[in-house]
Amino acid sequence: MQYHLNFNLVWKYFDRLSWGLVLSLELAAVGIAIGIVIGLGLAVLSHGAGRIVRTLVAAYVEFIRNVPLLLLVYLVFYGIPSVGGFAYDATTSFVMTLAVYAGAYLVEVFRAGLDAIPKGLIDAGRAIGLTPAQLVLHVRIPTMIRIVLPSLGNAFISLFKDTSLATVLAVPELTYGANWIYTNTFRIVEVYAVVAPMYLVTGYVLLFALRQLERRFAIRRR
Amino acid sequence: MIDVMLKGLPFLWQGLLVTLQASAIVVVVALIAGIVFGVGLSYGPRWVAWPIRLLSDFVRGLPLLVLIFSIFYMLPLTGWQISNFASAIAALAVFETAHVSEVARGAIQSIHPGQNEAGKSIGLTFAQRMIYVIFPQALRRFLPPWINTVVDTVKGSSLLALVGIVDLMLSIQQVIGRTFKPMPMYVLGAVMYFVINYTLSQVSRRLEARFAYVRE
Repeated sequence: MQYHLNFNLVWKYFDRLSWGLVLSLELAAVGIAIGIVIGLGLAVLSHGAGRIVRTLVAAYVEFIRNVPLLLLVYLVFYGIPSVGGFAYDATTSFVMTLAVYAGAYLVEVFRAGLDAIPKGLIDAGRAIGLTPAQLVLHVRIPTMIRIVLPSLGNAFISLFKDTSLATVLAVPELTYGANWIYTNTFRIVEVYAVVAPMYLVTGYVLLFALRQLERRFAIRRR
Repeated sequence: MIDVMLKGLPFLWQGLLVTLQASAIVVVVALIAGIVFGVGLSYGPRWVAWPIRLLSDFVRGLPLLVLIFSIFYMLPLTGWQISNFASAIAALAVFETAHVSEVARGAIQSIHPGQNEAGKSIGLTFAQRMIYVIFPQALRRFLPPWINTVVDTVKGSSLLALVGIVDLMLSIQQVIGRTFKPMPMYVLGAVMYFVINYTLSQVSRRLEARFAYVRE
């Protein structure tokens, strides 16, 4: 092996990686926040709704889940503006794609969460005279959030990893930082030897933190 | 819009073939390696199980794209003469193997340990216990999530376009590079991926329903 490792160039441009990591986390956070709104909205909407609404929601979920994220990223950034006659910047476009993508997975999560609410709680809510809207707001949703928290945590970590695709739109997140250093210094082995642990450590730190959070909010059964 | 699709379609077949071929190779490799690793995780001694656990957690903790870039550019540095197609596929195969080995581990560990002990007590060897006792029972736990990994493989193979493999994704990009009409081609591509993956998802759902009646 006639190759000599030289990490100096990676350290020299390390701020691109550190800020890239921050942007990756931001993209994932905004993506999941909007995704939760989409997922929760559609889950509540299709819960006990008519056949047409449920079919439409199912079509959205099935379409997003069965198409590669990369294609969706391209479709939203290049495809839609080309027929819509408008444009948005790459970061906005990517976050929207990520949110729609996350939404499709979260609909299922929230729906399962709504179904998992103990019957007795809802009966108790009815017994104290809550209206159906109050029942959703004060009983169903708070209980459901605690049930779905582990799935939300996993979805967030998975989205964090998916932000690496933003590199194809030149959004300066972590993978883009890596590719920038690579194309400018040709030190690809060193760059990825640094970037891979950054993804790994961040992912596992998040996992650990979210597990703590789940334990804090878990519904205790006696 | 339809006419652009029809004109572009003939240029996508080659790419579609590459996508299917790459996915098929990865699925087969990941299936074999994944089952071996899954057995290693479940029954292996510590010196077997721990390296597999480490590798699996490492690979599953990375974004697929980062894994593809790392392996694609690092493999040639080892001096190993390898085509870019094989190098890119190797990355995808490593990723899917890690996922399949977790699916296999979960399926195997869902079988009651008594089954394995019963096999031992009638004098079956380890291979016989696996083939005649554990695998047939683990199959129904294995198949539905395994098909999900197959769907992930087809979707993940679109990332091979980013290291220059002319698969369906890159063929679409190439056609757009000539026509400058992105929307019809992306929609067409989405439909093609959808048809492949939706079929697989339906098979998985069918299998899940088929196995649902079995009670432990």
